[in-house]
Amino acid sequence: MNLNLDFDYLIHVIPHLLPFIPLTLILAFVSMIFAVIGGLILALIKRSDIPVIKQLATVYISFFRAIPTLVQLFLIYYGLPQIFPALSGMTAITAAIIGLSLKQSAYLAEIFRAALGSVDKGQVEACLSVGMTKIQAFRRITLPQATRNALPATGNIFILLIKETSLAFTLGVVELFAQGKILAAASLRFFETYLALALIYWIMIIIYTFLQQALEKRLEKPYLS
Amino acid sequence: MITVKNLKKQFGDNVVLDGIDVHVDQGEVLAIIGPSGSGKSTFLRCLNLLEKPDEGLIQIADTKVDVKKMNAKEMHQLRQKTAMVFQHYNLFKNKTALENVTESLIIAKKMKRQEAEDIGKELLVKVGLKDQFYQYPVTLSGGQQQRVGIARALAVKPRAILFDEPTSALDPEWVSEVLQVIKDIAQLKTTMIIVTHEMQFAEEVADRVIFMADGSIVEQNNPKEMFNRPQSPRTQQFLNKIGTGELND
Ligand SMILES: Nc1ncnc2c1ncn2[C@@H]1O[C@H](COP(=O)(O)OP(=O)(O)O)[C@@H](O)[C@H]1O
Ligand SMILES: [Mg+2]
Repeated sequence: MNLNLDFDYLIHVIPHLLPFIPLTLILAFVSMIFAVIGGLILALIKRSDIPVIKQLATVYISFFRAIPTLVQLFLIYYGLPQIFPALSGMTAITAAIIGLSLKQSAYLAEIFRAALGSVDKGQVEACLSVGMTKIQAFRRITLPQATRNALPATGNIFILLIKETSLAFTLGVVELFAQGKILAAASLRFFETYLALALIYWIMIIIYTFLQQALEKRLEKPYLS
Repeated sequence: MITVKNLKKQFGDNVVLDGIDVHVDQGEVLAIIGPSGSGKSTFLRCLNLLEKPDEGLIQIADTKVDVKKMNAKEMHQLRQKTAMVFQHYNLFKNKTALENVTESLIIAKKMKRQEAEDIGKELLVKVGLKDQFYQYPVTLSGGQQQRVGIARALAVKPRAILFDEPTSALDPEWVSEVLQVIKDIAQLKTTMIIVTHEMQFAEEVADRVIFMADGSIVEQNNPKEMFNRPQSPRTQQFLNKIGTGELND
């Protein structure tokens, strides 16, 4: 059987894709940072008893979990400037980061809420009983334990995010996937190019998973008997 | 030292503390006994303001508050006068035994780490844990965990220590070592309020015993009188039940 696979091209195309990894990673990292901050704020609001704001958080989470990422990116990049002309200067990268952060913060909110809830309140009471403030108790006791609880699920969100950065191509951002598309169209070597892309995503995620496992192992230390 | 007047607390319609009046002298050890659900934990938690009482006056050392009018600063002041030892230890699971003891010193009292660790180690040695400084709670037995809990409470030099059934979550084999540590602290004339189901221990360690039921103090006396000649029928019934091992809390 004669497989019509140009192995040489596959090797040749990879170096043309590698320079676009940083942008993909930056998109993922920056979105993740905003998503974590947003998710934590949402989780804290959901755990509080602040009226109205708590309901708004619920609506936010429900909305951003429901709509497809593409719809959301288009809404932000093509839609918002129509209503708010001041936003027409927004770059595609900014729009992609906003869209991905908003969406993942909704998912992270649920993860963080469960993780914070799984730290028993008795430890916070113990903090208060020895003169620490609620904020000190949160920072020193609740948050570190919740972090450990939330890490596996949060890592999955980050993996999703790395992959979803490829959607930014629809806004005209030339990241890893967009570059692959350009190269494939030029060479007509679709299979090789997209296979190369797939391998690059795979390796990125293997490396990330390895790092996360190392971190998990470190955070796990206090809990191993 | 501790004076409580007309302390009231209800959860919804459930009146849990129905006007408690208590005075505890400096250096006195007060034991509180009573059936499950009678409000003993709630009483201790109100003294430490882990629960906010609805009504009443609390004075501990030089801090006196009317719970209806207290502000955040007064709350913090009152809370700092006592430390609590919990039934389920409530140790910080992400911290070593030593860190459990030093945490409040470093974070709340802004003490230098070295100084805090010296104090922490001394206290852990005192409760018999000289070999466990760097162990995490999961690696400690129940008895060891509770002794860390006691060291943690001692670290803040409280004017009084509140013990909420410190041995009732322990396997029987660990009870006596924890009770011994509490007795040692009592020897130092530390003011203590101890909620307990260990009647023999209460008799040995307490200067006075209070019997609580349904959110009220039914009877109080020195341990000898209380256990040998209880006056009220409620107390008699309770002590009989305990004597026959029917109590399961
Ligand atoms: N946080 C709470 N919310 C509602 N009810 C409570 C709460 N804490 C205690 N109670 C109720 O208060 C009563 C006294 O409880 P507690 O003080 O724990 O009794 P004890 O320590 O004597 O067993 C019980 O009826 C209990 O159900
Ligand atoms: Mg209780």
